Amino acid sequence: MENFTPLSSAVGGILIGLAATMLLLNQGRIAGISNIVGGLFETNENERVWRLLFLAGLIIGSLAYVFFGQHAPEVNMNPFKLSDNNQILFMILGGLLVGLGSQIGSGCTSGHGVCGLGRFSMRSLIAVITFMLTAGTTVFFIRILTGA
Amino acid sequence: MRNVLCLISGLLFGLGLAISNMINPAKIVGFLDITGDWDPSLAFVMGGAVCVTALTFRSILKRSAPIFDDSFHLPSKVDLDTKLIVGAGIFGIGWAVSGLCPGPAIASIGFLDQKLLIFVVALLTGSLIGKIIVSKNNSS
Repeated sequence: MENFTPLSSAVGGILIGLAATMLLLNQGRIAGISNIVGGLFETNENERVWRLLFLAGLIIGSLAYVFFGQHAPEVNMNPFKLSDNNQILFMILGGLLVGLGSQIGSGCTSGHGVCGLGRFSMRSLIAVITFMLTAGTTVFFIRILTGA
Repeated sequence: MRNVLCLISGLLFGLGLAISNMINPAKIVGFLDITGDWDPSLAFVMGGAVCVTALTFRSILKRSAPIFDDSFHLPSKVDLDTKLIVGAGIFGIGWAVSGLCPGPAIASIGFLDQKLLIFVVALLTGSLIGKIIVSKNNSS
């Protein structure tokens, strides 16, 4: 557990919780990123404006931390140590499945995880348990296949 | 004011993802890799966030409406259907393969990493396909 960072994780988590609190209190919306992204395809102008603003904030917030922070956070985009071509393949496959799954399953780590669990939703609890299980199993098999 | 506060919500969310280093795919895979060199950090991120929402959501939802809208926009479904399980299952596989989910992926767009941008395009494509499948399913 050499990479374990409980303090910065909890602080970051609390900020995420406050962000979700603000969005619900002010706009009456759930801070589920897959839902916010999915709604960009709506034709209604009002639906798009708040979503674009929130997503712009998301991009600027993390960019600001990396630029003005004391030290740049470590980011390793290739945890399975794949070849360049395989990594691109994994990114395409991963993106498609994450997009598809979150729309069919009505949520992702933020919608079901952060907000759904906060609302004590049984659907969200089942969703979180399900995606944790399939994700853990997938990593297990990728580790075996890649030997990493 | 409404729009400024919406932007600030996004800012806080992005800041939280960066501080907790959830924008690092290796950190996500480290959490999912229970039999390997396990990194429980993600549980603290989700735990910290849920502690806040579990405390605040209840009192917010006692209001008749949010500050800048006529009503709350909450998920209406309560039943545990196959779509929820299948969708969440598919989501988990994609999350593990890439080490990315929608929040951290969008929050990292500004770093202009080529591999990440490929993921974001695939994410948008998958989301659009998913939305079409869901709407077809609902109308039939």
